[in-house]
Amino acid sequence: MPTAAEVKARIESGIPGSEADVTSDDNVHFNARVAAAEFAGLSLVEQHRLVYAIFDEGELGGSIHALALTTEPR
Amino acid sequence: MTDQPENPLRDALADAIASNEVILFMKGTPEQPMCGFSARTCAALAATETEFAAVDVLADPRIRQELSSLSNWPTIPQLFVRGELVGGADIVGQMYESGELAAVLGAPATAGIDPLPETAEPGSAPPLQIENRLS
Repeated sequence: MPTAAEVKARIESGIPGSEADVTSDDNVHFNARVAAAEFAGLSLVEQHRLVYAIFDEGELGGSIHALALTTEPR
Repeated sequence: MTDQPENPLRDALADAIASNEVILFMKGTPEQPMCGFSARTCAALAATETEFAAVDVLADPRIRQELSSLSNWPTIPQLFVRGELVGGADIVGQMYESGELAAVLGAPATAGIDPLPETAEPGSAPPLQIENRLS
């Protein structure tokens, strides 16, 4: 099971220059708030897709059962 | 992924998305959501007093698999309005709070003022049973 710190590190290395605040009470359900310059000009769907794309197929809904995500351009 | 010329399920999903102005793919039904994220999304739609079609992806695991490959979106729920993916539970919740959801849905702009109810109001259309179209 990934920890919040691992999920944070993966998001931040997957989207260079981004800043992710990740919390989890159980290492299965995660809350992430991600700020990245790359999000500028993108729709929310496109912003979320960039984050989702970091994870392997089946990982979201699998070992990361839920990733509640808020994205913001910066 | 290779192109699959014959894919009735994918066609059924694309058809459902194209022919329903507002359609939600969810776990469970609006009356009985099986996941908190699906429940929240239903509640946001109900709060905007929008009629929507619903598909229970738990009815057949192939629905979820095919939907995600069609929409390029890994998680459930997924809300489509006029053929476009609006987003999952987080985006729908965020758009509800900002009033944007009502704008996208063409609903009266009163949404976003009231806190979300815990459960969806009954009154949405019965679930589309796409699984019944599987051979």
